[in-house]
Amino acid sequence: MYVAVKGGERAIDAAHAWLAEERRGDPSVPELTVAQIREQMTLAVNRVMAEGSLHDPDLAALAIKQARGDLIEAVFLIRAYRTTLPRFGSSQPVDTARMAVDRRVSATFKDLPGGQVLGPTFDYTHRLLDFALAAEGAVPPAAPTAPAADEAVPHVAGLLDRDGLIEAEAPDDTPAPDLTRSPLELPASRALRLQALARGDEGFLLSLAYSTQRGYGRTHAFVGELRIGMVEVQAELPELGFAVPIGEIELTECESVNQFKGSRTEPPQFTRGYGLVMGQGERKALSMSLVDRALRWRELGEDFTGAPAQDEEFVLSHCDNIQATGFLEHIKLPHYVDFQAELELVRRLRAETMQEAAE
Amino acid sequence: MTVQDYNFAYLDEQTKRMIRRALLKALAVPGYQVPFASREMPMPYGWGTGGVQVTAACLTPDDRLKVIDQGADDTTNAVSIRRFFQRTAGVETTQSTTGATVIQTRHRIPEAPLSEGQILVYQVPIPEPLRFLEPRETETRRMHELEEYGLMHVKLYEDIARHGEIATAYAYPVKVEDRYVMDPSPIPKFDNPKLADNPAIQLFGAGREARIYALPPYSRVVSLDFEDHPFTPSRAEHACALCGATDSYLDEVITDDRGSRMFSCSDTDFCASRQAGRPDGEGGA
Repeated sequence: MYVAVKGGERAIDAAHAWLAEERRGDPSVPELTVAQIREQMTLAVNRVMAEGSLHDPDLAALAIKQARGDLIEAVFLIRAYRTTLPRFGSSQPVDTARMAVDRRVSATFKDLPGGQVLGPTFDYTHRLLDFALAAEGAVPPAAPTAPAADEAVPHVAGLLDRDGLIEAEAPDDTPAPDLTRSPLELPASRALRLQALARGDEGFLLSLAYSTQRGYGRTHAFVGELRIGMVEVQAELPELGFAVPIGEIELTECESVNQFKGSRTEPPQFTRGYGLVMGQGERKALSMSLVDRALRWRELGEDFTGAPAQDEEFVLSHCDNIQATGFLEHIKLPHYVDFQAELELVRRLRAETMQEAAE
Repeated sequence: MTVQDYNFAYLDEQTKRMIRRALLKALAVPGYQVPFASREMPMPYGWGTGGVQVTAACLTPDDRLKVIDQGADDTTNAVSIRRFFQRTAGVETTQSTTGATVIQTRHRIPEAPLSEGQILVYQVPIPEPLRFLEPRETETRRMHELEEYGLMHVKLYEDIARHGEIATAYAYPVKVEDRYVMDPSPIPKFDNPKLADNPAIQLFGAGREARIYALPPYSRVVSLDFEDHPFTPSRAEHACALCGATDSYLDEVITDDRGSRMFSCSDTDFCASRQAGRPDGEGGA
């Protein structure tokens, strides 16, 4: 007689062993090192750090290795590790106007203070597979260099602001909320929304931003500017009583400038959308700024058109890929008990319907 | 991972305090969903992160822990969670319902009656009983505030109008202490009567949704129904093929490709106790 499946313990152990074997792949092929991943899979490492909300390229590279290249799984490993870390305090707000930019482009002005800096971008590459890369060992020739311009790189939005053409950004000294230390409560402040988006799934934000471009919560965005580079992080140490630099991190920042014809409460002017992502995450920073702008309809006195990107509760409840993948994938766990209850119900309802049909 | 690498029961003490505060509030307002700062756990959302956090906040070194999924101690996720606490808390574990001080469960309430001093921790996927009627949290919270449960009664009524009965077989909504409508987690409605007047503390943890709620011992819990369509718990009309029980909840197992089936208790400890001729709930190791 068949007896219900037993032996969960042995099955789990065997599955883990098999997984480790699969992760390593063919042992005759040299093993990837964490440093190789960190240096040569940089954008994957950056994505894992951004969505994992933890700046540590080595750990992110390790997570990618352990996750067999599944980036959401790697983000999950980083998040689970991050939870266990003690909090020493908060840094000062970083000053992105003082960023040492590797890349800085504006789509709204041909030239501007600080200049256009293309940086290491895929933008104008031809997407032709480079079979030379398949042959290993070649080091690309060094890129030409020039001395860094001493010029300041002011924000484009600031230039528009001087003329009153863009909405004024009211300074806000409220301490930033921490989504990972208190439950999400709705309606959320813009700071909290941005925090959720900054660790949200790139693919989800990309699709939402795309939907606004196609008319679902239209935002008419121009890229005021997009900048990538290192910024200094400062923290105030209680023993000292003043802020000191504690390191540098790489950030991608996008400010979109959006057409706005005015509303009952606001005059015609440009409005802002903001995106900030840890590491190089251009696609995500752009997406984030469009979604941020779409979410601001209430504050700007616009109409809610029912577009998903305008819907704060919809966006914030579903942008986290670790929550999403967990809940989605949990349906593969056993549900015998509930299914049994449904079976009984459907059988009973069917029997009644059949009987009625027969009468 | 060893006990030394992490705090007792994985979570740091501050986090446990935060969860315990939420638990106390939940016990003080039975059936009310208390938001809590749910942490990211080393298992995925949907695998019982809410239950695991509640269990971690309740465990003491002297506890004896039982973990079940679908009523069984040997389902893979029950094994995984039990191991997690063996590694991070080093507590004794058991399969015996009566021998456990803390029981974490997914989708079932054990058949053997619980007693005072025991804690039953439920894993909850969607804590909001009104969620499938109203997707917005901002709306459902207001509905609870105003005790506005008309929508739920209309849904149940429509079921009766269409199917002749309330077509909810699991996660059947209950009203707690004549105040809050509560989702009892996806237990089969067969288990609903055990929620009421239970001597044990019943705690519900929803990790992804960041909510905790509770039933203090001996709470009044009523499954929603109508006078002319009273609530009826249901089970398969069979006896367990292994222990012969006619009053337990049964799993249906397909035994070949010609439609043969057998039914056996979903509560493995209950079934093993009966097969061994011992009192209910003392079957396991």
